[in-house]
Amino acid sequence: MPRDRRIWKHPIIDFKRGRKVRFFFEGKVVEAYEGETVAAALYAIGIDVLTWSPKLRRPRGPFCMIGKCSSCLMKINGVPNVRTCIEPVSEGLVVERQREIPPIPETSENRQVHVEELDVDLVIVGGGPAGLIAAMEACKRGLDVVLIDESPRIGGQLVKQTHKFFGSHEWFSGHRGFEIAELLSKKLASFKNLRILTRTTAYGIFKDNVVGAACFGSTPGNYTIRFRTCIISTGASENYLVFPGNDLPGVIGAGGAQTLMNVFGVRPGERALVVGAGNVGLIVSYQLLQAGVKVLAVVELMDEIGGWFVHAAKIRRYGIPILTRHTVKEAWGCERVEGATVVAVDEKYEPISGSERDYEVDALLLAVGLTPDNRLLAQAGAKMVWLPSAGGFVPLRTVFQETTLRNIFVAGDSSGIEEATTAMVEGAIAAITAVESVRGISKEDEKYRKRLLKFLWGEYRASPVVRRAAEAKKKALIDPEKLEEVVRG
Amino acid sequence: MTADNIRKRGYITYEELKARGLLPPEERMLKGPVAIAECPEEIPCDVCVVTCPSRAISKKVIYELPRIDWNKCTGCGICVGACPGLAMFVIDMSKGDRAYITLPHEFLPVPREGDEVILLDRKGDRVGRGRVVRVFTYRRTYVVTVEVPRDLAMEVRAIWVEK
Ligand SMILES: Cc1cc2nc3c(=O)[nH]c(=O)nc-3n(C[C@H](O)[C@H](O)[C@H](O)COP(=O)(O)OP(=O)(O)OC[C@H]3O[C@@H](n4cnc5c(N)ncnc54)[C@H](O)[C@@H]3O)c2cc1C
Ligand code: SF4
Ligand code: SF4
Ligand code: FES
Repeated sequence: MPRDRRIWKHPIIDFKRGRKVRFFFEGKVVEAYEGETVAAALYAIGIDVLTWSPKLRRPRGPFCMIGKCSSCLMKINGVPNVRTCIEPVSEGLVVERQREIPPIPETSENRQVHVEELDVDLVIVGGGPAGLIAAMEACKRGLDVVLIDESPRIGGQLVKQTHKFFGSHEWFSGHRGFEIAELLSKKLASFKNLRILTRTTAYGIFKDNVVGAACFGSTPGNYTIRFRTCIISTGASENYLVFPGNDLPGVIGAGGAQTLMNVFGVRPGERALVVGAGNVGLIVSYQLLQAGVKVLAVVELMDEIGGWFVHAAKIRRYGIPILTRHTVKEAWGCERVEGATVVAVDEKYEPISGSERDYEVDALLLAVGLTPDNRLLAQAGAKMVWLPSAGGFVPLRTVFQETTLRNIFVAGDSSGIEEATTAMVEGAIAAITAVESVRGISKEDEKYRKRLLKFLWGEYRASPVVRRAAEAKKKALIDPEKLEEVVRG
Repeated sequence: MTADNIRKRGYITYEELKARGLLPPEERMLKGPVAIAECPEEIPCDVCVVTCPSRAISKKVIYELPRIDWNKCTGCGICVGACPGLAMFVIDMSKGDRAYITLPHEFLPVPREGDEVILLDRKGDRVGRGRVVRVFTYRRTYVVTVEVPRDLAMEVRAIWVEK
């Protein structure tokens, strides 16, 4: 078994580990630190295989680390299919791996489920930058707000970003992502009209404006939340890439690897290959280097680097090669990646035989794009449109972020993949429009919203380097007047 | 086309920086420390503009290339620590056969004054050794000044501290 993968010294982050706790893993006592999740704690001590695929029994390790991919499902205290990447450790937990699809347990122990009905002006699903700013703007204006997030802490993608952010100083540019999350969380803590439900997953939007949400863990609960307005800011999930061996433990989403190393301080591997030279791939490579991981190369299918030049330059000067017009052909290994074959491609992106090159790596990180997570909106019947440049299906919306469902808004990556600054601005616009819906809009707010729209569409999105995403967002717009037509069908 | 080249390689060359007008005039270089922004794409970012204490950097709209007024720049190095692109450097060519480069560093171990460190160019090649003469931190980025042979002033853009 490899040595402990925890990082104790880091140039940017001081990991604040909680007290030691012990839990049972398949009958053995293992140690972890409070604040870690079960998957992170097991990965830290060298457990690569968290589960097996139900049919072919192929080993599976963590991939997304944010509860979106289900490659970490385990049995905890007798409850099967728990997403262990977002399940905190605690003293005495009993953790077991599942070797097949487990039967739903009869209500063996009498689990007390707390049931609560809430009635609010605004419910926000997802506490990333979009949701946090929305909560702040709505609370400032006196709305009664509930913010739901399924992860143990709010902040979304921000909590794992250790680099300084670009953008405008009005939107925290120059601060590191996790600092922005801390700043916003602190500000939100002062609002009496805000209730935050963490570890709580919204599972549906039902008729008569009700969101259903379930809280897991030691204090299970079920919430029925009646709302006047609702903002969906559920973010995105990472894409897979198809190649033999892509399901081996050690093939990890770039964001998943960030969560491991930057949130939990656990090294994803010793030697890594990164697939995809967009901003995410470039940034994660730099962060791997900071965590003491050797990055052998970044592999990119296209002719040129997809991300911003400055991010590429940051890793090139430390000698990390970026191989454009290359792709990964396969990964091999037994219970973990042991290596991968990289191949060059021709103008038609077909592999050039004979150009294969093997890399011995124990981590293969996929940074090949994100897909908006807007399942709740699709389920509720919002009109969607297929826009590959926005990452997939996205809901139609007005410039005020209202979907085709009245009083239901969308903001951030779930409305189309973009970035934190635009997520925050969209969140603010959605929140102010929600306020307008509940109690009308003041002159000042109308002016402020105009300014936000001007900044978003006229300045920020006018930058040539974000043009693709900006054009996609434009295509998803419906005229606020047209909204009426669409709603009536 | 130079535009394609930098996006293919992931680094820019001295010649390309010069051709794009991103370098200070020679007389200014010889006068004392001065900032260079190796930030050749129109990205939406205003960090250098709002942090420079001498207000030497400007943009009319947020995505313009940063424009440095080299006569206002004092070479203080604050922008080196602030820039999220790690694209700002301060070069001092006013002190004889040695040049002094101030660059950002975010790795362990922390470089200390007097340390001998490995000098890396823009594509990661080891081009020599230099001596650290000053270190300060700005929002947890180490801003390090290294003394290098004069002919490497426009080549060295990173250091590596051997453990
Ligand atoms: C490597 C990397 C580098 C980046 N660098 C930058 C940068 O320099 N500058 C920049 O501006 N942006 C950057 N970004 C992008 C930025 O982080 C994202 O665009 C931004 O976080 C999106 O915000 P969001 O609020 O839409 O979603 P997220 O931050 O993804 O938050 C979504 C939240 O919703 C919760 N959630 C999802 N579904 C449910 C549900 N059903 N019930 C309850 N809760 C749910 C999740 O737990 C999560 O907390 C980067 C991203 C990555 C991955
Ligand atoms: S070195 Fe100092 S004065 Fe010169 S541009 Fe940078 S911050 Fe401004
Ligand atoms: S702060 Fe850095 S990345 Fe931002 S515009 Fe200035 S030089 Fe470019
Ligand atoms: S759901 Fe846990 S790793 Fe993806």
